[in-house]
Amino acid sequence: MNVEYVAKLARIDLSAQEIETYQNQLGSVLEHMDAIASLNLDGIEPTAHASPVFNVLRKDEIKPSLPVEDALSNAPKKANDLILMPKIVE
Amino acid sequence: MSTAYEPVIGLEVHVQIKTASKMFCGCKNEYGGTPNSHTCPVCLGMPGVLPVPNEEAIRRTIQTGLMLGCDIAQICKFDRKSYFYPDMPKNYQISQYDQPLCNGGGVMLGKFAFPKETQKDDIASSKKVVRLTRIHLEEDVAKSTHFETSSGIDFNRAGTPLMEIVSEADIASPEEAFAYLKTLQQIVQQGGISDADMEKGQLRCDCNVSVRPVGTQKFGTKVEIKNLNSISGVRRALAYEIQRQSRVLSEGGSIRQETRGWDDPAGETFILRTKEDAHDYRYFPDPDLMPMRTDSGLLSEAQARLPELPHQREVRYMNDYGLGDYDANVLSSDLALAAFFEECVQSGAPGKACANLIANELMASVSSDASKLAESPVKAAHIAELAKLLEAQKINSKQGKEVFAEMLVSGKMPAAIVEEKGMSQISDTSALEAIAQQVIDANPGPVADYRSGKVAALNSLKGQAMKLSKGKANPQLIGETLERLLKAP
Ligand SMILES: [Zn+2]
Repeated sequence: MNVEYVAKLARIDLSAQEIETYQNQLGSVLEHMDAIASLNLDGIEPTAHASPVFNVLRKDEIKPSLPVEDALSNAPKKANDLILMPKIVE
Repeated sequence: MSTAYEPVIGLEVHVQIKTASKMFCGCKNEYGGTPNSHTCPVCLGMPGVLPVPNEEAIRRTIQTGLMLGCDIAQICKFDRKSYFYPDMPKNYQISQYDQPLCNGGGVMLGKFAFPKETQKDDIASSKKVVRLTRIHLEEDVAKSTHFETSSGIDFNRAGTPLMEIVSEADIASPEEAFAYLKTLQQIVQQGGISDADMEKGQLRCDCNVSVRPVGTQKFGTKVEIKNLNSISGVRRALAYEIQRQSRVLSEGGSIRQETRGWDDPAGETFILRTKEDAHDYRYFPDPDLMPMRTDSGLLSEAQARLPELPHQREVRYMNDYGLGDYDANVLSSDLALAAFFEECVQSGAPGKACANLIANELMASVSSDASKLAESPVKAAHIAELAKLLEAQKINSKQGKEVFAEMLVSGKMPAAIVEEKGMSQISDTSALEAIAQQVIDANPGPVADYRSGKVAALNSLKGQAMKLSKGKANPQLIGETLERLLKAP
């Protein structure tokens, strides 16, 4: 796993020194994964969640939203109730 | 000799689910509205918030799956799909990766879902089924509007429930893609799942299309076309792209795996991005959201509200109203048409006569496009009344066509037209006998001929009787009456 690539995906700007530090740290995390991978896990279901809790759901009911001014209060630029940002193109 | 190419098409359709509130928070799910008036810390992606899924969105996705013959997962979960874009402030979208809510299923392409000029083609009547890969549930992203030098974001749409319906690469022409989308649109509208208005972005379509030499099995390199906002636009974009790819290949070039957009006014696709900048979504299970079990009520609740499906309706029409299979198929395949027919028969009008008028006269008048029914001056009440007049033999079928043509122009009710044109057919026995007797008395020659065995003389007498009655006599009954009187001792 390449730290530079992961940093790029996460939009984190790292210095050469940081890349080296984190590459080592990430390496030891991945070594730990290798330890798990070496276990015999035959017959063990993959689980995304450890606790047997299902369907934590809500009814389809409307709750009050934030006032528009509050929703926009963190925006550096706004106009016509929209949050403005540098022009984006797909 | 040039190689002929055939297209292989698969569609990814996003459908907004009609719910009161958003997918993971209680903000109102509404199209339009003041920008950024339906937001909260959850759908704005503030740190530390906890999403809670809307059970109604799950039910409606399951219901869609059931209507499309999918297998409903017993257990499934939500995953995070990571990407950076201003329309998704959490920097991940909650979606479903390896455990979608619905698997498999299919969409049968009905004849009337095809573009009208292709409805006579064999493929339109073939009842082809386009297989589905899956349907999963996710959250929609914010709406961005692009200006000269900046872009504006409205988070009202962010976090609203969205399902993605993914087809197999079973679609073999732009017309089949058109029919697939039309059918899917009707089904989700019919099930009350979504209004599925493409112009409002309630139904959105991405196409995967490749071409290969006819007769070969191996798929060509596929191109994705994004941001299509009408069903006819999908058809045109595919037709253009198929031609473009075929031309590139036949000139010895190769197709790059890329994403293209569709410029509708220019009528051509253009490159958006190549595969090199393809996203790496790093899906992983969302730790904030517990898995779902559908067998603890969600599935049975969705089952309980399943609407009647087109093929079930077809059988009911044949059984309840004695319709032939053609009429039953025509009327049941389209929701607007079926609703129109049911409105006619609800007033007690005879089903068969109504079906006949709708499937033939009415459909011809809207060029077989059922979506235009609402604009027609001929309403269900007109058809019902006309069917009753025909059934009671107040007018004959030829007059029925005349009345229909007049309704189409003036929108007047059939009984009024019949009255105005003095069309009422005479079927009353004593009135018919009076006419017949008058004709017999006035035409001794043909009467003698008939009585001496020249059966054909009856036709001349019948013609006289129709003339005398100004065409109003029931032609069959006047013939029978004449015959009876002539044979009487
Ligand atoms: Zn919200």
